[in-house]
This record gives sequence, structure tokens and C-alpha cells, in this order.
Amino acid sequence: MKEAPLLDVRDLTKLFKSPRGVVRAVDGVSFRLEESETVGLVGESGSGKSTVGYMIMGIVPPTSGTIRFKGAEIPADVSRRPRQLKKNIQIVFQDPQASLNPRRSIRRTLELPLSIHMAQRGRQRRQAVNELLRIVQLSPEYAYKSPTTLSGGEKARVAIARALASQPEVVVLDEPTAALDVSIQAKIINMLVDLQREMELSYVFISHDMSLMRNVASRIAIMYLGRLCELAPTRQFFETPLHQYTKMLLSSIPVISREEEELRPAKVSSEGEIPSPVNVPSGCRFRTRCQMATEICQQEDPLHIEVEPGHHVWCHLLSTGEKKQGKELR
Amino acid sequence: MTEPEPQLRIENLEISFKVYRGVLKVVDGVNLEVQPGQRVGLVGESGCGKTTCGRCIVRQVKPTSGRILFSSTRLGRTIDLHAAPEKERSMAGREAQMIFQNPGAALNPVFTIGDQMRAAIRYGSRENVAGRGILAKAKAAIKEVQIADVDRILRSYPFQLSGGMRQRVCIAMALATEPSFLIADEPTTALDVTVQDQILKLLRSLVERRDTGIIYITHNLGVVREIAELVYVMYAGTIVEAGPPSMLFDEPVHPYTCGLMESVPRLTGVGFSKGIAGSIPNYLVPPPGCRFAPRCDRAIDICREKKPEIREIDNGRRVACFVTGGNP
Repeated sequence: MKEAPLLDVRDLTKLFKSPRGVVRAVDGVSFRLEESETVGLVGESGSGKSTVGYMIMGIVPPTSGTIRFKGAEIPADVSRRPRQLKKNIQIVFQDPQASLNPRRSIRRTLELPLSIHMAQRGRQRRQAVNELLRIVQLSPEYAYKSPTTLSGGEKARVAIARALASQPEVVVLDEPTAALDVSIQAKIINMLVDLQREMELSYVFISHDMSLMRNVASRIAIMYLGRLCELAPTRQFFETPLHQYTKMLLSSIPVISREEEELRPAKVSSEGEIPSPVNVPSGCRFRTRCQMATEICQQEDPLHIEVEPGHHVWCHLLSTGEKKQGKELR
Repeated sequence: MTEPEPQLRIENLEISFKVYRGVLKVVDGVNLEVQPGQRVGLVGESGCGKTTCGRCIVRQVKPTSGRILFSSTRLGRTIDLHAAPEKERSMAGREAQMIFQNPGAALNPVFTIGDQMRAAIRYGSRENVAGRGILAKAKAAIKEVQIADVDRILRSYPFQLSGGMRQRVCIAMALATEPSFLIADEPTTALDVTVQDQILKLLRSLVERRDTGIIYITHNLGVVREIAELVYVMYAGTIVEAGPPSMLFDEPVHPYTCGLMESVPRLTGVGFSKGIAGSIPNYLVPPPGCRFAPRCDRAIDICREKKPEIREIDNGRRVACFVTGGNP
């Protein structure tokens, strides 16, 4: 029997009530995170990827579904989670500008998690702040600055330092570099990769950038309108994409060299836009934009199939004829 | 053979802004040409002055020095967009339209799309159009950006449309008055890749069919490679390198362009560099020589003292650097 994964998310569902009806933000998402790996959660805006991150953190309690950490189920709501657990699962929010308190100096921002989770104070805590700044490659003077005086890249570094203060095992990275220029992004991502190795971290990396995920993720999960479409180890994912949506995404990426052009799958013409999560299409969520959609796609939810070990797809096109082999996830 | 007259020529454009702490020298001697019907890409990172240049062409920003020459088909001659008599300027100015980065902010939330389209057509059209003529033009323009349900869109308010739809409307609005020149300022940055792909295709086919010249401003190198025939790379208010995308992307010459290319994550998964050290200079006290010199690991003494002139190194390729691209 295999050891329990570090994080095991099962059938996570989140429905929001709105005046216009029920918003199906996330609808039955399951995946695992093994130790020291990076799972890339990729999708377009409105696909529910950030909501999955918030549910792992307990900030948004799921409507149904379970989250297990090292084999044991954990409370859905962050307020009912023991401190030891909160220490172990941390998040870097999407917008460092909004997630850093402008009235707190960097030192105070970083001291808070150190006091709460590491029971540090006085000189020991000051040294810990300096150490945190060192690992995100900022000089000690930054401790006395205000977030408002920092550049975007520096703010991202502080947000990362804050998440790492409690020495977590799992870090949810919610588009930490989405607002940054590529030359700055490269620095931050390289730093994150180095830190992962040094501190034995496991990342749930939420992003919309496939090229970036190709370089940092060990496995990639594609989300569309609250559901998973395809989940595979990175190399396999890019070599043999199977879901029509994945192919559409990959063939839409603007690339900068001929080698990359050759790697993209044959052009799947991109049509339409992601529908409203209030009014989700019946059956397969993607059928309204899929050129290969047939009647069954409209009537039934696609079954999960494991095409190759570790390569999961949710698509009728692949499951018809193979239905007998289609087995439940796990 | 004589060079054809460019549709747009920017000569030594400098733009400064006075602020409390001094003068921000944002754009520092930009030279740029667009031939009739040419698709030109202007790439650079945030804060490099690319949008300021675009806004200067549509006369939202005044240049401190330099000229912007525009060959007007309506006037039948070339005028300086910032120095000619007001009547001529506004006449020629309407031939150049701009598509903005954020379609949500570019549209007025309290008027319907139809109202806004009509206003744009009434103001920007070559001849006087009224009543039915305007509506017909608006409908035709909406159809052209591949929106099926024309009447519903014209009745809608911007908030009732998705991001992709809004951007299509903005493009329709810009093209409704048949401009001979377009400035697209990051029109797809706020959109998802699949929608971006559609908008790029649409924009490209529209400008190709009408033979409209376009400056496409973006920070995304992949997008520029897809749409442009000629690319200008901008850094801190200066053009550092220019050339056709195939050459520029395969063999960048300027150290900044090289650093930028190496920072882009690739689909091949070969990893990427550690980025470019340092950050964009302070525009209050920009470096006296090459503006990239403080971050450049190949900089020599002259780079810190003298501004490099942009010079031709190869067929159609230009670079502003003392060190790379062979000796001048």
C-alpha cells in the first residue's frame, strides 16, 4: 500500500448563492499532492482554480467534499483547524499589493506569523525576520520599509517570505507572478524553485500560463468551468494532450520560437468564451465550444478515465468504447 | 528605387512630465516608421513608455520635442500632428484610432453600446452621416467583428457583455469610421488565451483586408511575433532594437533583448534564465549614457557616458548599442 499523499483533495465542490441563481464555482474536483512536487492548476478566468486554492486554505469552506492532509481529514473551515495544521499549509495570494497591509512595516508583517506559529519574540524573532528576508533575496534594510515603497517584484518576495515564515509543508501559490514583467517573473520563479528544493516544499501552483507551468510543474491539472478536464505528468501532458480543451488552449499560446511552434498540437480553432457558471451547460461543460461534441456530451457527464498510469481525462470522445475500462478515480 | 513615403514617422520624440520632485524624462528620442498597411509591434516591459508613445500619436499627450509626421489620405499630404493648424490636425487625427488595453474602462458604463457607437461614428466619419446612415454603419461594424446578435449588442450596456465581447465592440468602434491607421494598446492583455487568439486573428484579418497601418503595443513577445511584420523593442523610453520578428526572435542582438528572450518561459520546458538584474531606471535622474547600461553586464565605459545611436547592422535590422552588433 502506498503511503498517504501529503494533500488529498476529493470531490471538492463550492456553490455560491447569487441573486441570479447558484454559481457552480467548483464542481467535484479531486487531486493529490505528493511530497516535494508541484501540481499546476491551470485554467482560464472563471474556471474556479483560485477557489480550489482558497478551499485548501479553509478560507472558503467547501459545499461538499473532503481535504486530507497526510491521510487524515481536516476541518473545512480555517477557524476550526488546529494551529499546527495552519502552520503547515500556507498561501501566497495573487495580488501582493492588496494582501500586504500598507500600514505595517515589512518587519511587522513578517513578525506576526513568527509570533503565532513559531512562538518567537525579541532578538530571536528579529533574527528570524532577517533570515526570511535573506532567503527571498532582500537586504535587511527592507525590514523597516513600508509595502507602499516597494516595487511589484519586491512585494511578491515579501508575500513569499510571509508564507514561508511558519516553515510550512504545503504552499498554495495563487498566480504569484501574474502582475509582473517577464524579467522579474523569471527571478521570482527561479527563487521559488530553489526554495522548494532547500525547504522541501510542495506547491499547488495556480496559474493561467501554460508555458510557465511547463517549466515548473511536475503534474498539470486543467480546469474548465469548475471541473477537471485533464490531469497528467507535465511531460506526458505536453507530448500527448488528449482533451479537446487542452488542445485548444495549447494551440492558442503565442510562442516565440520555431521549436515551440512545432511542439504545439495541430491548431484547434478557438471558438466562443467560457459560459457563465450560473448557467452551466448540461453534460460535458466544454461541449458548447467543442467541435467534436456529439449527443452524448450533452446528455451525460463525461466519465473519468485513466488513459495511462497518471494520465487522467474526462471526455466522452475517449471513454466511448473504452467504457468498461473506465474505473473510478482511486 | 525610392523609399515609399511612410504613413507615420516619429522623429526624435521626447516626452517629459513635470512632477513635484522634478522632470520625468519618460520618452527619450524615439524614432519609428510605419509604412502604409504595415503591422508594427512595439514591445517593452511596464513603464518603458510604450503607451505614452501611442497616446502621443492620438494627441492625448504632448511631445516635449520631436515630430510626429502623419500622411493623411483625407488631406492628401503629410502633416505634423502636433504643429499643424488645429483644423488640419483634428481632420488627420481622426484617421488614426486607438484601441485601449482595458475594454471595461474604455467604454462608458451608463450608455448603451449603440449610443457609444453612434457617437464614435458621428465624430469620426469622413463625410457627414446622419440618422439611418449612422445606424447602418454601426451594425456593419459590429457584424465585421464577428458578433452574431447585432441588435442585442447595440441595446446592451457594457457590463452585460463579457470581456472578449467588449474588446470586439471597442475594435468595431475604432474601425467603424474606416481609419487608415490604428494604435492597439495591449488589446488582449485582459483576456484569456483562447479569446486572445480569436481577437488577434480578427484584428489581423481586418487590418490586412483594409490595408490599415497598425502599431501593436504589448509586453507579450509571443503576441507580437504572431501579429507584427516589424518589431521595435523599447527599454526605458528608448528604442533599443528593431527588425523583422523572425530575425529578432531567433538572434537578438541588444543585451536587453537577449535578456528579455531568455526570461520568457518556453513550451519546450528548457527552463529560463535568472531574469535581468536590477530594475528600470528612475526617470527623474536617468543614466546619462545608454539607459540600459546600469543593468548590462557587457557595458563598457562609453556606455555610461554617451547615448548609443540606433544604426543599421543588417538588412532591416537596427540596434542601439556600442558593444554588440559589430563595430559601427
